[in-house]
Amino acid sequence: MSESVNNREPLLDISGLEVHFETRRGIARAVNEVDLTLYKGERFGLVGESGSGKTTMILALLRMIKTPGFIAGGKAVFDDGTDLLALNAEQVRQTRLKRVAMVPQGAMNSLNPVIRIGEQMMLTMREHGEEGERDELMARVVGLLEKVGLKPEAASLYPHELSGGMKQRACIAQAICLNPQLILADEPTSALDVVVQRQIMQTLRQLQIGLDATVLLVGHDMGLMAQFAERVGIMYGGKLVEVGTVSDIFRNPQHPYTQLLISSIPSFETRGDFKGIPGVALSLLDPPSGCLFHPRCPKATDACAQREPTLKEVSPGQWASCLLHEEEHDATAS
Amino acid sequence: MNWNYIVRRVALFLVVVWAAASVNFFVPRLGTGRDPIREKLGQLAASGGLRQDGIEAMVKAYQAKFGLDKPLYVQYLNFLGDTFTLDLGYSLANYPARVGQMIGNAIPWTIGLMVVSVLIGFALGTLIGALSAWPNAPPWVRSLAVPFMTLSAIPPYLLGLIVLYILGLKMQWFPLSGGYSPGMLAIASVDFYLDVLHHSILPALAIVLQAVGFWALGMRGMMVTTSGEDYVTLAEANGLRNRTIFFRYGLRNAMLPQFTALGLSLANVVAGQVIVEVIFAYPGIGTVLFQAIQSSDYTVINGVVLILIMSIGLVTMLMDFLYPLLDPRISHSRQN
Amino acid sequence: MQRLSQISYYLRESPMLAAGFIMVSIIVLFGLLGPLFVDTSLAQPLSTTPRMEPSWEHPFGTDDSGRDLLSVMVVGVPLTLRIGLLAGAVGLGLGIVLGFTSGYLGGRFDVVTRGIVDTLLTVPGLVVLVSIASTIREEISVNIMALVVASLAWMWPTRVIRSQVLSMRERAYVQMAKLNGMSTAEIIWKELFPNLLPYLAAQFANAVNWAILSSIGLEALGLGPQNDPTVGMTIYWAITFSALIRGMWWWWAIPIAFIGLIFVGLLMIAVGLDELANPKQRKAV
Ligand SMILES: Nc1ncnc2c1ncn2[C@@H]1O[C@H](COP(=O)(O)OP(=O)(O)OP(=O)(O)O)[C@@H](O)[C@H]1O
Ligand SMILES: [Mg+2]
Repeated sequence: MSESVNNREPLLDISGLEVHFETRRGIARAVNEVDLTLYKGERFGLVGESGSGKTTMILALLRMIKTPGFIAGGKAVFDDGTDLLALNAEQVRQTRLKRVAMVPQGAMNSLNPVIRIGEQMMLTMREHGEEGERDELMARVVGLLEKVGLKPEAASLYPHELSGGMKQRACIAQAICLNPQLILADEPTSALDVVVQRQIMQTLRQLQIGLDATVLLVGHDMGLMAQFAERVGIMYGGKLVEVGTVSDIFRNPQHPYTQLLISSIPSFETRGDFKGIPGVALSLLDPPSGCLFHPRCPKATDACAQREPTLKEVSPGQWASCLLHEEEHDATAS
Repeated sequence: MNWNYIVRRVALFLVVVWAAASVNFFVPRLGTGRDPIREKLGQLAASGGLRQDGIEAMVKAYQAKFGLDKPLYVQYLNFLGDTFTLDLGYSLANYPARVGQMIGNAIPWTIGLMVVSVLIGFALGTLIGALSAWPNAPPWVRSLAVPFMTLSAIPPYLLGLIVLYILGLKMQWFPLSGGYSPGMLAIASVDFYLDVLHHSILPALAIVLQAVGFWALGMRGMMVTTSGEDYVTLAEANGLRNRTIFFRYGLRNAMLPQFTALGLSLANVVAGQVIVEVIFAYPGIGTVLFQAIQSSDYTVINGVVLILIMSIGLVTMLMDFLYPLLDPRISHSRQN
Repeated sequence: MQRLSQISYYLRESPMLAAGFIMVSIIVLFGLLGPLFVDTSLAQPLSTTPRMEPSWEHPFGTDDSGRDLLSVMVVGVPLTLRIGLLAGAVGLGLGIVLGFTSGYLGGRFDVVTRGIVDTLLTVPGLVVLVSIASTIREEISVNIMALVVASLAWMWPTRVIRSQVLSMRERAYVQMAKLNGMSTAEIIWKELFPNLLPYLAAQFANAVNWAILSSIGLEALGLGPQNDPTVGMTIYWAITFSALIRGMWWWWAIPIAFIGLIFVGLLMIAVGLDELANPKQRKAV
């Protein structure tokens, strides 16, 4: 996947990413040979059922996988050639927020309850070597708060004095304080009510455009996804099974799992989480042979239990990992 | 913080003092139907002695306030009046000495020893406990936590006997008893202060050895909870330094319940120290109490009990007033 | 039977709990079996040669007034345990009654109980006990000692149980039980109580611990049963007769060893039970 989408330059090239969890009953491959290129200034959405490895993938990009988990392989190379997965601890620390920032899921409790908002943001900036007088930094903080739609007075408040939406805005302001190139947002609005959700997503979008940053958004809400993202990736059992533009994925899904996912949404562009799809949920500790999805797949053939599919480009800009397409692909190639 | 809260809190403090005074008054009278002070005075008067005049004066004064001809409520009111004016009367065993004066002489020693040892024990224990629950902490800290937690189960005065035996008697590094050397002039000189310090190290060590594990145990539990909080995770994701996260995000928040616990356990700390002082014949309030118990000096016993309850009540109250400064989420003006 | 397997499960889950259990069992066995092997009459003063170092004949030595310290411990350890268990049981019993009522009923009763408990907790218990015990010094027996200590042993259990009941009351199954038309008493007995058992056990260990601690504290000040050789009184005599300076280390070291074993054992039991009751804490360390 090297050619650009909409003529954009690649920002981060993830290849062969593997994250394993060591459990009492064996090793779980929570992220399984994921290849994905993120482009500069794009909004990429990642969807998939619970336990499919979305959060784990984001944490891997932040190098925050904790025991019993570990990154078992792969690369994540920035446009300047730095491999995120090869940095040492101090380099990782400096990369966080400067290049890769995170917008948390539970904004309710994501700010230190005993430090004022402004102080927290200044502390964060100083930790990254941003020198300057208190007044200068405070002016920057106020500017950031205004950017996310908060009044300057918010700087002198404690987290418990803010509402949930305001807290999430403060977290976003903190996330963009060093102009990161990549913003990782793991279900950033799932704890908020519907009206606030929309506003926050709008803010995030404006900021993303203003900064020309790349956003990797994880979410369950297909409606929000469709509105926000330009490209979408579908995960199943730690594998990326399909990648494509929003309209391709929603109008013309290629992987059977994606097809089930899309058809389970009541109607396109209406809000709603996707519902479960039939079949026994996947066990990462005891994965099936061949394609991970084949035990639940309506279109499975005998070959699916034998051979593992890989991600293939099925139409320009749309990739799917399914033997059905590999055969077509092979057929057209030969 | 508003006046309403302050007034209510001070009222609570006064209730505690009143209750303590009432215990002092009623327990001997109700429990056994006798008044030990009167009995002791009777004994002293009967046995005669050098200070017969003084004892007679004391008996007279006592009769005037607590005479059997007076109804119980008059005696009780007299007692309360004395208590709230801090008039603790004369020592039965050391007649011309006043109880207030005896306690006043002892209290600087007690406070000095306690402030130092409690602060050291609290700080060290909190730090060790926090580190022992922190994923990024060096492993040797964890191995430190276990012996300290074991020691915390043993009362400080028993640890006192052990350190006294090893470091005092066998090694002879520290004096065995007292607050300063017998020949020393108790004046403000460098020599004197060094001597006092030398004498205070063993009793302080006994208290610290026990306290460290106690605070570490409480802190460990809190830190486990805190290190799983979202704000700690986000701080890490934001690339803050480990030290900063540990101190300003982890420790700072996990410590809040420790302060509440400090207020609640102050009573036990004092109780432990009282006996430590006895072991070391330290010239503090514990030794005064011990000697009073041995000579059935009831006025002094009552006085010490009252002063201890009052001072702990006072400190607890001050801590309640200061707590909102530590935790912005608590504000007394909004309570109720 | 089911209870037994539950207990053995707990012991396997938490090594801390098991270790504490073993330590306390050793002490209890010592007290139970000791009289079968040791002549307890030697615990009386003037029954043997005084001031003897530990030897074959007197494994723990003898004290100033001619008591054999092994016999003293055989007699004294159960007495000390009895004070602790009695006071702990009374304290926990009161704590359960007050804590459950206060936590479940809420309202004015709760406000008053909480106020009293929080206030009393700031009062130095030992000091109050000193004031009580010093006026009845001559009459103190082991049972009176237990009662004196029990009078202040109920506050912590009340406080902890109350807050646990309060949080459980909010949980779904209690709400469901209410919908199913159970009476308050039934809810407390059938729903809350079984769920709180590990907490109650931990509280019992704590209450016993506190009671023994207080009784030994009082005894060290001389305010204990004057005629019974409890562990704490043994220490008091050792202090009073300057055993330390006179080099009679066995006189104070042996009771300390027993006390240490009891306290460390009880602490480990309490911590172990606490970990079982709060699985979150158990995982991390
Ligand atoms: N600490 C852990 N120990 C063991 N396995 C883990 C751990 N954390 C995650 N996993 C495994 O990783 C897999 C992926 O989890 P992850 O949280 O990334 O899923 P997700 O896609 O974010 O799900 P959700 O939509 O519910 O947030 C899970 O199936 C789980 O088995
Ligand atoms: Mg997730």
